[in-house]
Parts: sequence; C-alpha cells; structure tokens
Amino acid sequence: MSTSTITAGSAVSTAGPARPRPRKRRFDIRSFAMVWGFAAPALIVYVTFVIVPVGLAAVYSFFNWNGLGPLERFIGIDNYVRALSDPTFLKAIGNNLAIVLLSLLIQGPVAIGVALLLNRPLRGRTLIRTLIFVPYVLSEVVAALAFKLILQPSGPFDALLASVGLGGLKQLWLADQNVVFWTLFFVLSWKYLGFAILLMLAGLQGVPDELFEAAAIDGASWWQIQRHITIPLLGPTIRIWAFLSMIGSLQLFDMVWVLTGGGPVNATVTMATYMMQYGFQRGQLGFGSAVAVILFLISLVFALLYQRHVLRRDFEGAVGRGA
Amino acid sequence: MTTTTVPTVGQHAGRRFDWGQPAVYFVALVCIAVTISPVIYLIIGGFRTTGQINEDAAAWPDPWVITNYVAVLTSENFWVQLVNSTIAAVFTTSGVILLGVLAAFVIARYQFKGRDALFTLFTAGLLFPLTVAVVPLFTMIKGLGLLGNLWGIIIPQVAFALPTTIIILVPFLRAIPAELEDAATIDGAGRLGFFWRIVVPLAGPGLVTVGVLAFVASWNAYLLPLLILGDPSHSTLPLGTQAFATQYSSDTAKVMAFTTISMIPALVFFTLAQGRIVSGLTGAVKG
Repeated sequence: MSTSTITAGSAVSTAGPARPRPRKRRFDIRSFAMVWGFAAPALIVYVTFVIVPVGLAAVYSFFNWNGLGPLERFIGIDNYVRALSDPTFLKAIGNNLAIVLLSLLIQGPVAIGVALLLNRPLRGRTLIRTLIFVPYVLSEVVAALAFKLILQPSGPFDALLASVGLGGLKQLWLADQNVVFWTLFFVLSWKYLGFAILLMLAGLQGVPDELFEAAAIDGASWWQIQRHITIPLLGPTIRIWAFLSMIGSLQLFDMVWVLTGGGPVNATVTMATYMMQYGFQRGQLGFGSAVAVILFLISLVFALLYQRHVLRRDFEGAVGRGA
Repeated sequence: MTTTTVPTVGQHAGRRFDWGQPAVYFVALVCIAVTISPVIYLIIGGFRTTGQINEDAAAWPDPWVITNYVAVLTSENFWVQLVNSTIAAVFTTSGVILLGVLAAFVIARYQFKGRDALFTLFTAGLLFPLTVAVVPLFTMIKGLGLLGNLWGIIIPQVAFALPTTIIILVPFLRAIPAELEDAATIDGAGRLGFFWRIVVPLAGPGLVTVGVLAFVASWNAYLLPLLILGDPSHSTLPLGTQAFATQYSSDTAKVMAFTTISMIPALVFFTLAQGRIVSGLTGAVKG
C-alpha cells in the first residue's frame, strides 16, 4: 500500500516544478485518505448488497436447496447441466437474444431518426418531448397491465383495427403463441423508445450549432449534415444506448412477467422468467441460482466484448478530454 | 413507420424549412399518438363502467361516471402505497446521489492504485440484475430484520443504482477543467473545499440526471418490493396496482381507474424534471 502513487490527475500538468518535495509527499498521503474516504461508503454498500448476494447465488447454484435449512446437498454442476439441456431454457436464451437483436436493429434507427427530426426549433418542442417520454416513466408493471387491457380479445386495439378497415389483421395478441413474441416486442419498444430518443436528443445537444450553420452555408443538405456531421458526433451516445439496451434485453423480467408470465406455451419465456418460474416458484433455489448465474455469464460475455471492442474508445476519449 | 419517414424528409433537405417542417410535425404527431393513446384510453376508460366497456371496448363514456376514481381515491391502500412509494424513492435518490458523487469524484479526478479496478467493479454492476441476487438479498434483509420495512428496499436499491450513477457521473466530473481546481487551490481552497464549492455545483445537472433516473427506477420497482414488502397494505404503488388488478380482474373499469391514478405521480414528476434531465444528460460543464 505504501508503494501506491497518488497524484491528483488534473494537477499533474501544472503542479510540477515549483513544489517542494516534502509537501508533495504529505499531499500523497492525504490524497490516499481522501480517495478511500470518498469511495468507501459507496463501495461498502455496493459490495454488501450487490456483490455478496451475487456471490451467494453462485454458491447456491451448486446445491440442491429449497431455501429452507442448511446448504447440505452439494451436487456439483448438475443444476447447470439440467438447465442447459432443457429445451425451454434454450428457448428462453433464444428469446433474449432475439430481443437484443431486434432492439438494436429496430429501436436504434427509429430513435436516432426521431431524435434527428426533433432536434431543431419546433413550436411546442418541449411538449412533444414530454409526451414522447411518457411511456418511459411508467413502471413496466403499469404498462403491462395497460396493454393487457388494451390487447384483450375484442378489446380496444381490435376495435381500432376494425374501425380503420384492418379488422382482418385481428389476432389473439397475447394468447396466440405465434404472435405473442411480436406483441411483447412491440410493447417493449413502446416502453423504451422514449428513453432512447431522450438519450439521443441529449447527445445531439452536445453538437455545436456552429457546425450545422457552417455546413449549411457550404451548401450541405439536411440529410448530408445528419449523415456526415451529426450521426458521427452522436457515436458515443449511440454506443452507450446500445450497451444499455443489450444488457436490459438480456435481463428482461417485470414486463414479461406481468404481461404474459412467459407464456403461452413458453412462447415469451426469458431467462429471468424461467428462473422465477422453474426455480423459485417451485422452491428449487439451487436450480434457480444456476439459471441466474448463466444469465449473468451471458451478460458478462456481451458486456466484455462490447466494452473491449466498442466502448473502449469512448472511455479513452473521455480521459483525454479530461486531462 | 417513422423509419421510412426519415429519408423522405431528407430528400427535401435543401429547403428544409419549407418542406421539412410539416413532415417533422407529422412524424412528431404519429409518435405522440402511438405513445400516449394507450394512456389516454386508460384515463377515459376509468370514466366508464365495466358494463359499457364490455359492450364496446372503444366507445366514449356514456354517461361519464366518476365512481371508479372516487373509489380508488377514497381507498386507504392507495394512499398508503403512494406514501410508501414516495418515501422509498426520496431516500433511494438521496442515498444514490450522495454515495455516487463521492465515489465518482475520486474515480474521475484522482490517479491511484486500484482506480481502474474500482471503476470496473462498479461498471460490472450493470450486469447484475436484481433477479440474480434477489434470493440471497431476501435472506440478508430477513436476517437484518427489515422484512416489511421500507429500508429493506431502499438500501438494496441504492446499491443497485450505484453502477449507473457512477458511470454517468464520472465523465461529468472529469470534464470540470483542471484550471478550476488550480484556481481554487491558489485561492486557498482545500480538496474538500474544491469538492463542495466547485465540483458539486458544477455537476448539478449530472446529479439531477442520476437523481431522476434513481427516482424513476425506485418508483417503478416491482420485484424487490414484491418479496420484501409483501401484502398490499404495506406495499408500493406498482405492487399495489398489480394486486388491485388481480383482485378486481372482472371489474375492468375500476382497474383502469386505479392504473391511471397510479401513473399520475410519475407523469407529473417527470414532466417537471424533463427539462433538467435533457440538459443534464448532455454533459453539464461547458467552460
């Protein structure tokens, strides 16, 4: 510990030559106290209530345990073997991956497009933004309950279709196992597009107006400006959004649980609802924990690859700017 | 549908203010219609009777009835749940902001051994969904005697909100120019003085952003309250709404009324915070 070198990062460039040595050394010790004094509360709460429970889940995953009594029946990787050889769980993984992909390919472009359009002086812009963000602030539970009512057979959505002459498209939106996955994806998009648009608009505000003016004076069209100036400058925001979206899609629970419960016939099962249904509700906490660990490992692989190949640049960029 | 409209606007781009504007309003209107019509439907549905809804799901209230809303607003559970949700959200938000800004500050502005490891540790938290940790958490909260207690959800919520908070705040705090720190030092401010008098005020918009995110997350939380708080008379609003919808599943209009009213606090709060969050997310410190 005594070997640790602590210097205020930002002070390095200017502090240098004039400072006498002894003073600088005391500086270091005080920095050390300050660094860990500041970081400790967050670190303690985070480790105690996030890391430790996750670790415990990993331990439980190697036991046949119903949540009561001591952990005694160690069964090695049996829980993992059981999960990964269950077609329903494989379907759950497939559903999660499909939602990851669909979100990136559909929600992303739509959000960017809408944000580009709205990022200009518009009458009532604040109102428009507020209304578009409405779904994001509703809880998944409330949104799911709302859509359960709206999408029920002969409900208002079917009535709406009929009234515009599309009555033939009517489906059992939540009960037909071939349709329900798309229904779920639609409701999820409804819920989360607002957040994506909000992020993109925020990113766009960081793009200086002068760039647009300069480009416009040079005769660039609106689309050329977006294509060659705005979207590249929006890169970091898009990459952060994609990361959040991926991780969220892998961990999907509340919405599915309330809207469909993972059904019908497991058509909308996700890893998290599988864990709830086949692990905890049946009192198989060891098995459920193994599913949780697999869910975590899949998220981890995604995140590490993404961070290594995509986000790294942004982080380094931020360091460079800060210094 | 919006995806196809974007290029359309682009083609007219040279005369963007002549042609673009109406198209933009059209897209905006379509977006708004899609996003808020379900909400409007619920609000209006609450003014009908279940009989009316069963007869024609998409009709106007005839006559308008306020009994559903009155029933919800005079039920004790609703107010208890509203207060519980508020307490949990306020304390979660305050805790996250305080702990988050302290940790993010040293991660952003100090070089020290273990800094990257610390940041990575917090970043890794994004990968731990509550679902992974929820059973051990339940056991721990039970061991602490906090079952049925709001602190039993507040503390874990603070812990689970810290990763996002720190990830958002670090770039904010890093962007505060080094010159300001030097100037503060020359003016005789210590490290703490710099932190409280310069960093915290300058990071204000960032703090608002993470605060709003934490507030919304807490307000909307479902799984943890479900396990920790239990029965509806001690629960928070989402849980209460779900319980109400199950209890009165045959009385559609009443469920709509309850769902509508439980949306209102979040809608009002977010409408007020909306301007701040947008400016907050953009990167607070400019010059």
